[in-house]
Amino acid sequence: MKKEIKKQTPILPKAPTGIQGLDQLTGGGLPKGRPTLLCGSAGCGKTLLAMEFLVRGATQFGEPGVFMAFEERIEELAQNFASLGHDLNALVAQKKLALDFVRVERSEIEEAGEYDLEGLFIRLGHSIDRIGAKRVVLDTIETLFSGLTNAAILRAELRRLFRWLKDRGVTAIITGERGEATLTRYGLEEYVADCVIMLDHRVSENMSTRRLRIVKYRGSSHGTGEYPFLIDEAGISLLPITSLGLKHPASTERVSSGLPGLDAMMGGLGYYRGSSVLVSGTAGSGKTSLSAHFAAAAAARGERCLWFAFEESANQITRNMRSIGLDLERPVRQGLLRFHAERPTMSGLEMHLVTMHKQVQEFQPRVVIIDPITNFTALGSVLEIKAMLTRLIDYFKQQQITALFTSLNSGGRAEEAPEVGVSSLMDTWLLLRDIESGAERNRVLHLLKSRGMAHSNQVREFLLTDRGVELRNVYLGPSGSLLTGSARGVLEAQEQAQSLVREQEASGRTRALERKRAALEAQVAALRAEYGVEEAELQRGIAQGAARTAMLASDRVEMGRQRQAVVKATLKTLKTK
Amino acid sequence: MKPKPDASSDIDFWKLRLYVAGQTSKSLTAFTNLKRLCEERLQGRYVIEVIDLLKTPQLAEDDQILAIPTLVRKLPVPIRKIIGDLSNTERVLVGLDLQPASDRRTT
Repeated sequence: MKKEIKKQTPILPKAPTGIQGLDQLTGGGLPKGRPTLLCGSAGCGKTLLAMEFLVRGATQFGEPGVFMAFEERIEELAQNFASLGHDLNALVAQKKLALDFVRVERSEIEEAGEYDLEGLFIRLGHSIDRIGAKRVVLDTIETLFSGLTNAAILRAELRRLFRWLKDRGVTAIITGERGEATLTRYGLEEYVADCVIMLDHRVSENMSTRRLRIVKYRGSSHGTGEYPFLIDEAGISLLPITSLGLKHPASTERVSSGLPGLDAMMGGLGYYRGSSVLVSGTAGSGKTSLSAHFAAAAAARGERCLWFAFEESANQITRNMRSIGLDLERPVRQGLLRFHAERPTMSGLEMHLVTMHKQVQEFQPRVVIIDPITNFTALGSVLEIKAMLTRLIDYFKQQQITALFTSLNSGGRAEEAPEVGVSSLMDTWLLLRDIESGAERNRVLHLLKSRGMAHSNQVREFLLTDRGVELRNVYLGPSGSLLTGSARGVLEAQEQAQSLVREQEASGRTRALERKRAALEAQVAALRAEYGVEEAELQRGIAQGAARTAMLASDRVEMGRQRQAVVKATLKTLKTK
Repeated sequence: MKPKPDASSDIDFWKLRLYVAGQTSKSLTAFTNLKRLCEERLQGRYVIEVIDLLKTPQLAEDDQILAIPTLVRKLPVPIRKIIGDLSNTERVLVGLDLQPASDRRTT
């Protein structure tokens, strides 16, 4: 979207309206230096939108503006807009705004001959020159048709007026009442060809919704649908288009679900930041408690969390969460948690969407909780709700807001089908289920899907304790059935007893082994001592033997020597012979 | 233009103001028509003030002028407005509240 704006800027300059959403829709604002036709039925917000264009132009974009009113007096205008927080008189005093009321009353005017509307041109021109206006609003010029009878002159003069506005280079809004078969009652669209915006105010099923549609925008791409808008004390806010494409960034950062046990099921890390999480379950299965943990975890990280409660009041939620040991009042006081509690039937579907956008824009949360989405079913068809949620999810993803939606499954329905049919939009889907066995209802949690991460396929028992939610492993009974609640308790106790016995047995064996080893070691020591004595004795024997041998040897040498002497003597005697 | 000395006090005094934008043919025609009518009907009891909005545009707002030429009857009250070049005399007389047939105050 932003890229497209940049591309177009050199081709068609735009004058930003500063109205939330409208600039996104038009890719930057109204065509600069050209007239725009704003048409719609009575009371749909034409004057307000036009005036906001001027006020924001004067205060935010340094472009003074002229408001030429044909229907409301200056004092009335100033009064009406004071209630919306705009001090028109102050802007007039600062020469940022010029207001001119043109009174056209047929009973006061007699037509006698040829005339033109040069007086109007002069008045407008004078106001523009006086404050250096860049923006002009004519609201609503069609009043001239009821004040003056000569339609031929009027049409010629209107044509001249729009050309004149273009020549002056002012960005103009011309408002017009909606006609029977035409956009405006007197066919102003004939003269204003650059940009036509239509406002609408419809009531369906007792709920009124204002919508805006860009009928035409020459030389620019624009959103083509009908976009709901809201008028409140801060002026107009429009639902921006966010569903133009799947271009949102995907974070690899992970955020804790607030439950170590649940994080562990997702590789110990929790959800991806900016992902959407669906928690579906039957009534009383702990959806809100799970949400509260997530909110508390966000606050503990120092992140802001916005909680849209469509079923309970903020007080009721904090009270109930206190009973499971979760203090949500502290983050509220710290400004980290904000509740927006509202009955879904308060307004239409689109209006909720706009309100949520506005709240998110104001509070800038990193985590959003919507509890529950199923309550919207009273406001529209499944298709409409899905469309709304798609837009909401896209918006959250673009803002990198991690969103948790809860969805109530009514009993009797297929448990894995959340009523609104939005599971395909979600990145992570937790299913809370009641299991009835052994005269008890117990809660279990499944992690049905979690895109982009290894996740546990195990069912966990989900316990609401006074220290918050706890996840427990689920036991399989002898027949392979799931054991929860007290059945699990019994099994756990049995296993504990068994393991105690096993432990005792094991430690007994160890002790016997020790004893054996000690005995063996004593034997070895005794043998070694015995051997030591023997060795010493043997050594002594060996030494004695050696001494004796040595002595024998020396005796033999002596004997030999003596024998040799005998031989030599014999030889001598022989020689002498 | 023949103003009377104590004009404002006289209930039968006519103060007329003609708004024009430059010397256009419509403006000139309007002035000629007005002058002729006044001479015929209101001789000595009227004053015409011509205001050129090209010179004094700020005056356009005060009398709620949008068409040119516009004739404003400032006196006698109430204020009446007639737009156009005043070529349709009958309409002008109706507009000024001057009865065309039974002119009650003709001197």
